[in-house]
Amino acid sequence: MTTMDVTLSDGPDVAPREGRVRSALGRIARRMGGREAATGMLILGILILVALFAPWLAPHDPEAIEPGRVLAAPDLAHPFGSDTLGRDVFSRVLFAYRVSLVVSVGSVLAALLIGIPLGLLAGYRGGWVDTVLMRPLDLLLALPAMLLAVSLIAILGPGAVVALIAIAIIYLPILARVIRGSVLVVRTEAYVEGAKARGVGGLGIMRRHVLPNSLGPAIVQASILMGFALQIEAALSFLGLGTQPPTPSLGVMLAEGRDVLAQAWWVEVFPGLAIVLAVLAFILIGDGLRARFDPRRLAE
Amino acid sequence: MTEPLLVVDDLSIRYTAPRRPAVRAVEGISFEVRPGEIVALVGESGCGKSTTAMAIMGLLPSTAAVTGRISVAGRDLVGLPDEAMRELRGNRIGMVFQDPLTSLDPSFSIGDQIAATVRAHGGSGPQARRRAIELLAEVGIPAPEERYGDPPHRFSGGMRQRVVIAAAIANNPALLLADEPTTALDVTIQAQILALLRTLRDTHGTGILLIAHDLGVVAQLADRVGVMYAGQLVETASVEAIFAAPRHPYTRALLAAQPTGAQQAGTLQVIEGQVPDLTAPPPGCRFAPRCPLVHEACVMLPPLADDGAGHRVACWATEQTRRAAGRPEATSTAGAS
Amino acid sequence: MSPRMWFIVRRLLMTIPILVAMSIFVFLMIRLVPGDPVTTMLGFRATPENVATIRAELGLDQPLIQQYLDWISGILRGDFGQDYISGAPLSELLAQRLPVTLELTVLAMVFAVLIGVPLGVMAAIRPGWLRRGTGVFVIGAVSIPDFWLGIMLVLLFTATLHLLPPSGYVPIAEDPIGNLRYMILPVLTLGIAEAAYILRTTRGAMEETLSAPFITFHRAKGVPHRTIVFRHALRNASLPIITVIGIQFGVLLGGAIVVESLFALPGVGRLIVTAVNQRNYLVVQGGVLLIATLFIFVNLVTDVLYVWLNPRLEGSGQG
Repeated sequence: MTTMDVTLSDGPDVAPREGRVRSALGRIARRMGGREAATGMLILGILILVALFAPWLAPHDPEAIEPGRVLAAPDLAHPFGSDTLGRDVFSRVLFAYRVSLVVSVGSVLAALLIGIPLGLLAGYRGGWVDTVLMRPLDLLLALPAMLLAVSLIAILGPGAVVALIAIAIIYLPILARVIRGSVLVVRTEAYVEGAKARGVGGLGIMRRHVLPNSLGPAIVQASILMGFALQIEAALSFLGLGTQPPTPSLGVMLAEGRDVLAQAWWVEVFPGLAIVLAVLAFILIGDGLRARFDPRRLAE
Repeated sequence: MTEPLLVVDDLSIRYTAPRRPAVRAVEGISFEVRPGEIVALVGESGCGKSTTAMAIMGLLPSTAAVTGRISVAGRDLVGLPDEAMRELRGNRIGMVFQDPLTSLDPSFSIGDQIAATVRAHGGSGPQARRRAIELLAEVGIPAPEERYGDPPHRFSGGMRQRVVIAAAIANNPALLLADEPTTALDVTIQAQILALLRTLRDTHGTGILLIAHDLGVVAQLADRVGVMYAGQLVETASVEAIFAAPRHPYTRALLAAQPTGAQQAGTLQVIEGQVPDLTAPPPGCRFAPRCPLVHEACVMLPPLADDGAGHRVACWATEQTRRAAGRPEATSTAGAS
Repeated sequence: MSPRMWFIVRRLLMTIPILVAMSIFVFLMIRLVPGDPVTTMLGFRATPENVATIRAELGLDQPLIQQYLDWISGILRGDFGQDYISGAPLSELLAQRLPVTLELTVLAMVFAVLIGVPLGVMAAIRPGWLRRGTGVFVIGAVSIPDFWLGIMLVLLFTATLHLLPPSGYVPIAEDPIGNLRYMILPVLTLGIAEAAYILRTTRGAMEETLSAPFITFHRAKGVPHRTIVFRHALRNASLPIITVIGIQFGVLLGGAIVVESLFALPGVGRLIVTAVNQRNYLVVQGGVLLIATLFIFVNLVTDVLYVWLNPRLEGSGQG
């Protein structure tokens, strides 16, 4: 079972220090699921805004080729330097975030959209419904993620959209299983029995009682998977199988930067750091929320 | 009078946690266990009896602050460095835990786990093995030589608990702590295990501190009984005296709440109220909020007073307590003794 | 037959439908390509005669079932067909490249275990700065894309320190030292993230084991701390650790695809990527089939090992 869960710290949250601003921030952070998760959400929020408003935030046109600035080192006007065609790396990174975030968030959301109903039904009904729904999904798990992505791209051709679909397909079984697992725990809860005793029908129970209480672990997993999805998209683009030029993409930038590594390290380093930042945000969110949504606590 | 084996004097245990109020789990308890004596500590869940046993073994987590005195065979244990404590564990003091299904290591044979106690204190491999087989026979495991290498899951709960006891007494400790040794077993097996413990005491002269919440178990095994409530020791006496003539209101209520055939069909006796929050316990006697004999004096902690014949109570409603504190006047309505 | 043997037999039998389903998927890959795969594959060599010949050879005009059976029986005989672009039999191509991929994956896993397990044990028994440090390491290793890490390593060791070659390969039989020089960076690239994952798993398994009641009982017997950690806790924790190693081995196979391309290692992964870029469907098919089969078998071994080693799954004793 390729559950890719990561834990940073499983200790209790360190207490926020004295100081009114800090304690206010502490309270906000705690409401958002912990300091880790709040940090992650903050970073992610900023990145999403950056990606959305890239056209206005970018100091230069990402496509603008300036022969005079080929491989120019970073300076105040071009904080990340310029690439082999003289394009401003910083602006390109801002625009590249769009594809990365859309693919990573979109693919996992798509997987959730399909996986939640499947996992819900399979977990709640059990029996042959469970087998019929889960077995085919398990077959998808018979291939390593990258391999499956590459195969799908081989069939459908390269591109960001294909990458999104491929990643969604890869993560569908994992999320469905997570939901199914929570449902198995939740459906034995007292309030579900109570609802049944009141005569609430199966669908109603699933919708109103089981589902909301089963979502926790799935959200945690989804967040972490979004981080991985971003990496997969970058890897595919790096290999030429994902986002195709001219669309700016972090993976493609990494491929381009490789050739000039020795002379112009900034072309390779900054897009990479950009990826790290985004993935870190997702991981922090998922990891931070994990303590809140520990599946064992579902049964409390 | 033989020198007491275990002396607990004014023992208090507090659990501390960051940003959280301290839990005052045990408050100023004192009792002894003499060699060859079986003393039971009884009380509801959460009253601090298991915590006391763990404190004696030095197995409390680092968040626990222990004050007071614990001495075994004259040796002071509070504040002893862990390595010194380790030499005593399994050697001079043994401990048996509640759930035999989780006490044994699933990855090692039962024989090995008994031998481990011997090896931990300097025994050689072959020596330890021989001793383990000896012990398996003593606790009643059939065919000990053949079953030495069997893993725990091949044994029933009762059998496993015998293995646990064997491992705990391997080096003939003078003191054995038994934390609810029969709670997880069914009644027929319970009797066997209790009989085993009694036999061990008779054969080896081991002193046993028995932690229990089941008064039936206590009646079968103990010589003396200490009753705890919310971290305080409220009464100690011989087992006969506790059952025949309990003096503390809580002990009386506890005994009255035991369902017996002699009661009429109808409601069970309950003790009104709830166990206090140990982060903010009531001052003085912690049973006061629920006590039918409560009086304004009860906000002061009553001392555990001896009546001269070994029966001790900590209750202002009893004359012996009042006398011990130097205030012999009757303070309230009809009180005991 | 004991319940445990039944588990194992059932698991073995279950592998067959998985293999079949996977082979069907791989088989359909070529046939699902929009347009005519043969023409696309041949590219500029796609004359009507060539196309027709190859279509006939591949049996693309026959009923699907027939095609599948022919193809599968060929595979089972070791005949993967021919690579029309290079002209070599595909099985030969794959046989040449498999050892490289295996070497990379195995070495990366060995590295990851040698680093991850000891650090994980230490982090579990010595909390404080070590725990936080390893925690940061784990998050960092997971957030950093491994191919970028590889490039950074090249930046450090090649461009700056001039210690190691940035790419290339020499078979171990020819030149063991040279082989290792070429493999160090790829193994590090693949292995560091894996080490972090194994570290985290080890730490978690050790912590969980160390809080188990039987460990408290060991302590109550006076068993020394070192014995408790290394003999008892580790043995009980090793089961989940081994399971994770098995699963992660498969994940590494996927990661090898990228790392091989990055360091120009002549392995199956790079073969597949190049083939995808060239629309060389037959090679893609063969490569995917090979790696997927490997993956399925590794999972099988892991599951069997888990049942084999788990003392509790021996089947009921006396109640």
